[in-house]
Amino acid sequence: MSKLTFTTSAVAILALSAGAAVARDNVQIAGSSTVLPYASIVAELFGDNTDFPTPVVESGGSSSGLARFCEGVGENTIDIANSSRAIREREIEACAANGVTDIIEVRIGYDGIVFASQINGPAFTAFSQSDIFLALADKIVVDGAIVDNRPATWADVNPDLPAVEIAAFIPGTKHGTREVFEEKVLLQGCEDTGQMAAMMEAGLSEDDAEDACMAVRTDGASVDIDGDYTETLARIDANTNGIGVFGLSFYENNTDKLKVATMGGVAPSTATIASAEYPVSRPLFFYIKKAHIGVIPGLKEYAQFFMSDEVAGPNGPLANYGLVSDPELASVQATIESETVMGGGM
Amino acid sequence: MTYATHEGAKRHGSLLTVDAKTKTRNAAETRFRIYGIIAILAGLSFLVILAFSIIRSGLPAFSANMVEVELTLTPEQYADAEAQLFKTRAYEQVFNAAFTSELQERGLDTEFDAESIQRIIGNTGATLRSFYRANEDMLGQPVTFNLPTASRVDGYFKGRLLRENVTDSRFLTLADLDLADELKEAGLIQSKFNWTFITGKDSSVDNPGGAGIGASVVGSFAMMLVVLFLSLPIGVAASIYLEEFAPKNRWTDLIEVNISNLAAVPSIVFGILGLAAFIQFAHLPQSAPLVGGLVLTLMTLPTIIISTRASLKSVPPSIRDAALGVGASKMQAVFHHVLPLAMPGILTGTIIGLAQALGETAPLLLIGMVGFVAREYPGGLASAFMDPNSAMPAQIYTWAARSDDAFYEKAWGGIIILMVFLLAMNILAIILRRRFERRW
Repeated sequence: MSKLTFTTSAVAILALSAGAAVARDNVQIAGSSTVLPYASIVAELFGDNTDFPTPVVESGGSSSGLARFCEGVGENTIDIANSSRAIREREIEACAANGVTDIIEVRIGYDGIVFASQINGPAFTAFSQSDIFLALADKIVVDGAIVDNRPATWADVNPDLPAVEIAAFIPGTKHGTREVFEEKVLLQGCEDTGQMAAMMEAGLSEDDAEDACMAVRTDGASVDIDGDYTETLARIDANTNGIGVFGLSFYENNTDKLKVATMGGVAPSTATIASAEYPVSRPLFFYIKKAHIGVIPGLKEYAQFFMSDEVAGPNGPLANYGLVSDPELASVQATIESETVMGGGM
Repeated sequence: MTYATHEGAKRHGSLLTVDAKTKTRNAAETRFRIYGIIAILAGLSFLVILAFSIIRSGLPAFSANMVEVELTLTPEQYADAEAQLFKTRAYEQVFNAAFTSELQERGLDTEFDAESIQRIIGNTGATLRSFYRANEDMLGQPVTFNLPTASRVDGYFKGRLLRENVTDSRFLTLADLDLADELKEAGLIQSKFNWTFITGKDSSVDNPGGAGIGASVVGSFAMMLVVLFLSLPIGVAASIYLEEFAPKNRWTDLIEVNISNLAAVPSIVFGILGLAAFIQFAHLPQSAPLVGGLVLTLMTLPTIIISTRASLKSVPPSIRDAALGVGASKMQAVFHHVLPLAMPGILTGTIIGLAQALGETAPLLLIGMVGFVAREYPGGLASAFMDPNSAMPAQIYTWAARSDDAFYEKAWGGIIILMVFLLAMNILAIILRRRFERRW
């Protein structure tokens, strides 16, 4: 008995150490949960259409994806990071510190951010950025003094909106979507209402005023959702008066449960986002580690397949799922073809 | 019986008449029994509600509305499709055109075009391509395919999607539903048992019909093998030493306390440890069932050690004494007499530890087994451990987070399968215990 036990453990330990030597033959991807659906569609098609194995796509958020991307070069690091925002200077530095110097940036298209409420709820059908800002901002300027902003109902903010309590479910701070929400909605609303100027008059510096514009009230009227859109949907389902922030494709997949609001009079759709009429949209990206091209089989082919006219173009499966395709697709294709790295010309 | 002879009891009448004090005591006892029954009923009703909701939400995942279509692909069409970059799309177009013209010959009431067929039947390209790539000799001959309908049409037939909630969109139009109804009446669309769900692999968000839990079952199985082959010998060896050989001193006390504490450590902590130790330090591959198994081994070890020690302790000392008395060495006494008698308890503890590990998701989040991972069946024994794969609970978690309702249904279906495995393991543990356990 004892002999058997010791032999089995010895074999297991041997198998362990042998494992480290096996080369990886599939592409590893991680990052934004907004990009995940698109990446998984392409990964499945890539496996079905080529002789390469299907890439592995993990979720976890843009920041965590880029952090893993910047861990270093080698088979035990990921090849591609999906991101719903552009990589930051700080992250590029962190990458460089770990030897990840040549990064290829690929913009895959645009994603719209929509505000939607329960299908049976009150009629939130028209918003402007100012309404959202005045409802959710932490502090506003009244008569030259900065005071806490605590409107109770939407009608307090704008008489045209229903007189129901404010309950907003917005993306948490680790989401790429949050950044777009802050910049394209809160900051814009802050400027549109003249609050930004008022804050600077009240003695804040420009940076402080911007931060104050983007600060969200913390008394419970606005709830950060750290999970994905399914969690937001569940919260909306449980709260008739709730307003949630969703990606366009998520909304289009759940039109039987959600009612969408216009922003500044424009209804969100792939057409209005592509034409930039709908104001709240953002580009989506993925980043390729150039050092892995030629080492990990299928890496460049995956990127080429992803951005081909047939896949990422206006009639492709990604557009069908809700991605707004990039009008400058050809230049992105050229970037991949020539493996042009970021900051090459600067 | 002391109260019967008590002074006070004697003074107040006979035992046959019930006095006020006895009445309150009896009432208290009755109340306590009622509380107990209420507690049990509450527990049972939660169980029933849970089981009912799981089965009600999960059962639809086991059936699918399929279209049976006969298709003939010419070698020219095959060569043409294979020459393109987006090959599966080309197959779909051939299929849609063929099926459209076949239906138009039948003469249906509803007007439709190839795009309606695309919306109703959805992703056919991958199935067709993999079939013809494997069977090139079937080119030019009629082949019958069973293809799943698109998730929205499937949901419509299952009652998940209601007609009044449908607005015309690029995913589905009301006219498509009319056409689907007509196909259903004509017997072209039939509800069948969904084998793909049992044997299939994960699919992308766009293709819920093709998703199955099979590949992640293989991943879970590989992990359980690793857990079994590592934690059983290590756990049993550790507990035998601690229980039978180790001197009782401060050090062994410290080890004992720590093992008990380890059993209570949240599993996510083991995930972080696994990420740091196995992936970042030992450079084992990410998303590999081997790493998952190692992490779960760490988690299961304390459970196994604690239950093994308990069952070693329950073997009466007379057995050891008798063995030592007839001249056996300490090791012989343990391995020839104590261990065989403790085996049923050890196995039960191991199986329960494995069942716990089987349902664990949190540590897998950190080592890359959650996401779009379970895409291929492993090619061989080594690749079952080393190639990226998911596990059942991780797959359920992934599906539940997707926007399409069809995946939510699949998540519930996955829970049913996971429960079946857990139930089977627990029943096995009970049988082993009943059959081999000895009472002293």
